[in-house]
Amino acid sequence: MFSESFYQLAPVVALCASLAAVPLIALSGGRPNLREFWTFAAAAVKFIMVLALAGWVLAGNVVEVELIRLLPGLSLSLRVDPFGLVFALVASLLWIIAATYTIGYMRGLNEHAQTRFMACFALSLGAAIGVAFSANLLTMYVFYEMLSLATYPLVAHHQDKESRSGARKYLAFLLGGSVGLVLPAMIVLFTLAGSLQFADNISSGMIPAGIGEPVVVVLFFAFLFGFAKNGIMPMHAWLPGAMVAPTPVSALLHAVAVVKVGVFCTTRVMLYVFGVDLLDELNLGLITAYIVSFTIIMASVIALTKDNLKARLAYSTVSQLSYIILGVALLSPAAIQGGLIHIVNHAFAKITLFFCAGAIYVAAHKKNISEMGGLGRVMPVTFTAFAVASLSMIGAPPVGGFITKWYLLLGALEAEQLAIVVVLLASTLLNVAYFAPVVYKAFFGQPAADGAGTAGGIREAPAIMLVPLVVTAIISVLLGIFPDVMMQFVRMVLP
Amino acid sequence: MDEIFHIVIAKYNYWAALVLLFIGLYGMIAKNNLMKKIIGMVIFQTAILLFFVSIGVKRGATVPIIEYTADHQPLLEAAAYANPLPHVLILTAIVVGVATLGVALAIIQKIQRVHGTIEEDEILAEMRQ
Amino acid sequence: MIDQAPILIIIIPLVAALLLTLTGSLGDRWAYGLLIAALAASLGCALAALAAVLDGNQAVHYRLADWPPPLGIELVIDHLSGVVLVLIAGCALLTAIYSRHPASQDNPDRLNLYYALFALLVTGLLGMTATGDVFNLYVLLEISALSSYGLLARGRGPAYYATFKYLIVGTIGACFYLLGVGYLYIMTGTLNMAELAEILSRPELQESVSVRIGFTLIILGVWIKMALFPLHAWLPNAYSKAGTTTACLIAPLMTKVSVYIMLRMMFTVFSADYIFNRIAWSELVIYLASTAAVVGMLTAFAQRDLRKMLGYIIVAEIGYLAGGAWLATEAGFTGAVYHLLADGLMTLCLFMVVGAIIYRTGLTTAAAMRHIFQRMPVTAVVFLVGAASIIGLPPTCGFFSKFYLIQGAVQAGAWVFVAALLISSLLAALIFFRLLEVAFFGRFDEAAGAAPGAGGHGAAGPVAVAEAPWSMLLPMVLTAIAVLGLGLYTNEVVTYFIRWSVPAGF
Repeated sequence: MFSESFYQLAPVVALCASLAAVPLIALSGGRPNLREFWTFAAAAVKFIMVLALAGWVLAGNVVEVELIRLLPGLSLSLRVDPFGLVFALVASLLWIIAATYTIGYMRGLNEHAQTRFMACFALSLGAAIGVAFSANLLTMYVFYEMLSLATYPLVAHHQDKESRSGARKYLAFLLGGSVGLVLPAMIVLFTLAGSLQFADNISSGMIPAGIGEPVVVVLFFAFLFGFAKNGIMPMHAWLPGAMVAPTPVSALLHAVAVVKVGVFCTTRVMLYVFGVDLLDELNLGLITAYIVSFTIIMASVIALTKDNLKARLAYSTVSQLSYIILGVALLSPAAIQGGLIHIVNHAFAKITLFFCAGAIYVAAHKKNISEMGGLGRVMPVTFTAFAVASLSMIGAPPVGGFITKWYLLLGALEAEQLAIVVVLLASTLLNVAYFAPVVYKAFFGQPAADGAGTAGGIREAPAIMLVPLVVTAIISVLLGIFPDVMMQFVRMVLP
Repeated sequence: MDEIFHIVIAKYNYWAALVLLFIGLYGMIAKNNLMKKIIGMVIFQTAILLFFVSIGVKRGATVPIIEYTADHQPLLEAAAYANPLPHVLILTAIVVGVATLGVALAIIQKIQRVHGTIEEDEILAEMRQ
Repeated sequence: MIDQAPILIIIIPLVAALLLTLTGSLGDRWAYGLLIAALAASLGCALAALAAVLDGNQAVHYRLADWPPPLGIELVIDHLSGVVLVLIAGCALLTAIYSRHPASQDNPDRLNLYYALFALLVTGLLGMTATGDVFNLYVLLEISALSSYGLLARGRGPAYYATFKYLIVGTIGACFYLLGVGYLYIMTGTLNMAELAEILSRPELQESVSVRIGFTLIILGVWIKMALFPLHAWLPNAYSKAGTTTACLIAPLMTKVSVYIMLRMMFTVFSADYIFNRIAWSELVIYLASTAAVVGMLTAFAQRDLRKMLGYIIVAEIGYLAGGAWLATEAGFTGAVYHLLADGLMTLCLFMVVGAIIYRTGLTTAAAMRHIFQRMPVTAVVFLVGAASIIGLPPTCGFFSKFYLIQGAVQAGAWVFVAALLISSLLAALIFFRLLEVAFFGRFDEAAGAAPGAGGHGAAGPVAVAEAPWSMLLPMVLTAIAVLGLGLYTNEVVTYFIRWSVPAGF
């Protein structure tokens, strides 16, 4: 469609769109409408670029761009391949939707420091795209750190005691993991392999033969736990702490940018640094599968005990993220597909759930599930969307999550891991157990007695918030009905 | 024993410098009065100056200005003269030392004005308050 | 003219210092202009000299008064000293621009004399870097030291006592160095670095005890000067009591130049082979360096005074530098030299920021950081850049120096040093995020209960913007850009400058 040089430029433009938006947003703080225009302009540019790249990549091309050569043998460079594109598509589409919702939420609650908020939001998305398109470990690390820092003001947004401790935990885990584990692992890898470039396919990896087994194992676990954004227990503790942030941030953190970047980095390293063959040979895939299985079950159990809706969703995120890693760790083709497609499915479902939680808060000022009795009858749209997204989380057809579960189960059987099959089934039941009561209570429960009459005054949240959450819920369903739209990219990842 | 004695005697200039050096260092570190510290510093510096001067010495040599023999020929044997370079260097070092001393004395004067004392423990006690 | 560049680098600030002492009656503006003009000219000459070095990729030798080396003093500008000269002249120029307001605030009278000392200090630093003669180096060392005593004593409050301590320690360091030079002179009969290197490489001198003592004394003196743990106690006190401009000038440069001298002595006068195979202190020094990195950062974490905190951070950074130099790997050496440049820039950046905050708020504790984003947005951004670099976050230059240092340590198998680097990075992160928290949240006992309700906004009402004056902002922003630029052009810096100075024998 376009010349080849256009596609060389496209990832850079996609990346720079949000980076360029940051100063523009910061400078137009006095004029909110102009400021919001910059956000949308950047988001639109970015999405169009990613879409254009999607077509090009589908045709079997891979784009490689070297930005700056940082060290001899090491550069800041971008590569657009199907794997990264899946994530980039999700992130850039959700930015548009989340930005719409954010504006509604921030203006609805008349929040302070909106300019800072929007600027950091744009920066976070830029970093997320950077991670998706990075061609080597160093580039990925650079954007990973950028994201940690850009989201700090978002997590600390309320500037009160609770958000301070949340933000502290957030940084302690993320920086602790990245500086304490990933950085040394990366440097050791560079010293041993002489390069940090990701491999071209998922089977061979980039680790040269002849490196001692113990070293490989240590490196692997340093990466697995170092990318603390992936929420593997025990590195998950920051996630519930960070949910005190305003809802759009939680949505961003939990669905799009932060945790997905963590998982993306983990899977990228597993597949393109270590490679399926090596992981299989050293049994590392299986060990990882069991580690994340534990996380899946434990996080679901904890989620059951939480009454605060956002806390329950946060633990659900911890559990669902591990599905993605589980899929990749099983190393069988079906399981890898299931894991990767879950990046998409979970993003849309989870962002819907958080949008709903925010809409409930804006409309009814309620945070706890126990207070939500009967709310579904006055906010039917919100809770219908919530129900649809819950179905996706549970993995029921015809919503996107079903596809994930199907492939994961298939993959577990393929890998002959019956224990994992049991884990998947058990976690499905647990998902039902913690989502069903919310929906049931909202539609069929009684309003809390002492708060009599509250239900009368409550109406749906404003349209600017309602539309995004309906859109994401619909996309979730569409992903279930037309899985091939995204699956074609995921299939290209496999050799 | 004899050997050690020999080393001490043969290099007595080094040993003398070393003894002075440590006296100076002791004064700088251990003395409580800032003035005494300065005196220690001067001894310390002087020890090094003496060390340098003494290494230019040669037995039976004269000042490094070209001498003429009886038949008015210039005497060009290096062994006949003391090595001038250490002395030249030390002239510079003396200047540096004097400058340091001057600055140190000026600072002590300021300390005396601000703190009312030049005893280290008293100054520290005052600063802690 | 271009042939004279090496000497002009040093002569211009020296003449400026003399002129400044004579021209007090012309007023402060004149003194400010003269200083900036002189330093800009000096920077230009440094760049010209560096360009000449790059032109032929070999060292430029300049003979003072055209006396050949054993008799006369020689200036040697090679890749290493060329870059360090540019760093010194550049940092000094930025500080000079920065000094317009704070220097006249700190020195209400006789500003011209303050500037004269300023120029003299820069002369000394530049001279030490450019000279190829070990005794000349001593003299210039003392010139810079003496002028720094004068500058530090112009600080506020109990600066005199801190300066006195610094004077005593500095003199001990310089005298050790001088004594070491004496030993080398006895053994070799020369003071020229290149000739020393040649003579010292003879087998009989490699075994000599006197040479060993000379080396030990020189290194010990340099370590005192560069505040390597455990010889560091004088530094934080002296720097934290100094005036704003003085701290900005001395803190980034003095210790870095001392590290440069250490590198020169280790690898130019002596050789990598002698240092690592005959002296063989590597293990000990790496332990010292690791302790310095961790203890320095820990102590910094315990400080309330911002500049004292930065002082201890410098102690930690010196640990990185010493460790990198003694790792005996190419990556370690590259890391040390690169970090020399990086650390100069990032400490300058942070000292300037803290100076600006002190200038505006009058506070020196962490509480001065409150509402910094609202009050001084540009300063706050510069602070973020500097802090990110100290922590070692990409793409600031601090990341790449850590990258090289860790790589070198991994190659050398010095796992203690790897651990120390990582721990101190994390501690640095703690230090700066604590400050960031103060900036974001203020102090809780006041702000927490104040704002109940929907948003839960801890911040009080809008805070008036009170940004630092442009003469402080401009150099700050330039330094921040340099910190980022050095990071982004790491490859160029390493290939064009540092790689050439990697000593043989790794």
